[in-house]
Amino acid sequence: MADILVYVLHYDGTFNKNSLGALCEASKLAQALGGEAHALVLGDSATTELCAELGHYGATKVYIVDGPEGLAQPVVDAMAKVIAERGFSYALFGGGLLGFEIGAGLAARLGAGVAMEVTGVRAEAGKLIAERPILGDSAISEISYRSDVGIVIARLNAFEITPAGSSDAAVEKMKVEFSPFSTRARMVRRGEQRGEDVDIEGADVVIAGGRGLGNPAGFDLCRELARAFGGASAVAATRAVVDAGWYPYAGQIGQTGKTVSPKLYFAAGISGAIQHKVGMQGSDNIVAINKDANAPIFEFADLGIVGDLNKILPKLTAAIRAKKDE
Amino acid sequence: MKICVLVKEVPDAAVRKRIDPSTGRMDRSGERTLNPYDTHAIEAAMAIKEGGAVAVEEIVAVTMGPESALRTLHKAVSLGADRSLHLCDQLLAGSDVAATGYALAKALEREQPDLVLLGQQSDDGECYTVGAVVADHLQMPSLTQVIKIDIEAAADGQPAKLVCERQAEYGYDTVEVTFPAVIAVGDAINEPRYPSLKAIMGAKKQPLELLAASDLGIDPERVGGEYSAAQWIGAKEPPKKAKGTMIEDQDTDATVEQIVAWLDERKLI
Repeated sequence: MADILVYVLHYDGTFNKNSLGALCEASKLAQALGGEAHALVLGDSATTELCAELGHYGATKVYIVDGPEGLAQPVVDAMAKVIAERGFSYALFGGGLLGFEIGAGLAARLGAGVAMEVTGVRAEAGKLIAERPILGDSAISEISYRSDVGIVIARLNAFEITPAGSSDAAVEKMKVEFSPFSTRARMVRRGEQRGEDVDIEGADVVIAGGRGLGNPAGFDLCRELARAFGGASAVAATRAVVDAGWYPYAGQIGQTGKTVSPKLYFAAGISGAIQHKVGMQGSDNIVAINKDANAPIFEFADLGIVGDLNKILPKLTAAIRAKKDE
Repeated sequence: MKICVLVKEVPDAAVRKRIDPSTGRMDRSGERTLNPYDTHAIEAAMAIKEGGAVAVEEIVAVTMGPESALRTLHKAVSLGADRSLHLCDQLLAGSDVAATGYALAKALEREQPDLVLLGQQSDDGECYTVGAVVADHLQMPSLTQVIKIDIEAAADGQPAKLVCERQAEYGYDTVEVTFPAVIAVGDAINEPRYPSLKAIMGAKKQPLELLAASDLGIDPERVGGEYSAAQWIGAKEPPKKAKGTMIEDQDTDATVEQIVAWLDERKLI
């Protein structure tokens, strides 16, 4: 038997897109292995009706476990129990913070092999092989598992949501006794939105700022440039500057933020770490300004400018305004 | 309270990284340095020590790595650790993240820390996961990417709980964790200090213990490249993206003109 167990994250009555992508992928892979894809949902707000809908994404069965939401270790307990009782060959996680934490904890618990940042999985001779980009995405390493269970943690947006049927999944409620240490972390407040609400997902032009802006006032240069482009343009930011309080969380691109694919993505003072790249690499055109010629962003920018953004951005803003007035 | 900080020696970011084509593993020769993310973990330990909410008796830097990793421990001590442990054994070479976490947990078991701190990721392997592996072995609660830590003491002055903040999938989460715990910190948590010349000079004089796998009861069949459960089987080239146009800004007016022309050509203005 080669069944695959997928952790599906949900929040506020909605399933996480990366979890749904992972479930669709697992469904295809399980078919290739002659098995089934099952999903596990943990939380006190996951209803049977909602979970049955995971059948539309390829799950033949969904386990609902009552427990504290938003923390990794209770999910490790639950998955370890389901895997021990039902026998799974693989556990698959969509990209995101919790998936990393749960997958790693589960690997320790089961003595299982784990591959992370995975962008592709293939079935070969009845086994799964995970593909993981390394060295700033300049190579892809292929990983197989010699443990009873193989754990695959995907990179953000690695798998597309490809609805796989219209029938509801069978739902089974499971009781799990959590490890004493799993319940020593307690969620006090979840999903706090810091800063004002900004809409970056609908924009055609996204001007994004990073640490290279130097200070919060650097975002004024980005706002001016966005205004010059006019129309559906918006200003976005990297995780580093959002954590530093320079820009609202709602405008953050990447791993724990938003994913955008505008016509133009203009990166100002952004080095281009993987966690940022995964949230914007689908953009049609990528322009980057950075003073460091070795910044990783130049590896995937369509137009890269090595220089001082404080000198370039004001002049560029003026030039675009002039061009629009022509 | 005793704090252990996990540190790692990584290739200097300024040096080009490569894969050893014969093993598929990272070529770990060349210039080495302390993982930049770990300097934030040491600084977080110092902030707790200097913060005064609880008494910190000792900060211990712990690493697993080849002989060269000694310098990383010296750096960690110069940044504030009181002493260090170096887990160094040929048996451990090539361990995957699960095996590495297991071996580090064995070292930590001996130390019995109240708090384990580490950086949210390593600069080389880009793994975010070793903290969660260590925590499961130690049966401690854990969180990664923490950007704020407040420590609350009980009435008797003993450390009672940590209040941690971090950014997760849906915004900022605040999580309370009771001791002992494993916390991986994000780079936004603090600005690491620069070590003083005196601290750099004195670092080599602080106690440093060299440990082999057998000293810690590490099962040799759970570590090393051969026994790691995740096996590297090959490598391939990623799909190539056409190299973009590069402009080195010499004359900003000319640069801006080029950018505008590029944008205009693609009807982006």
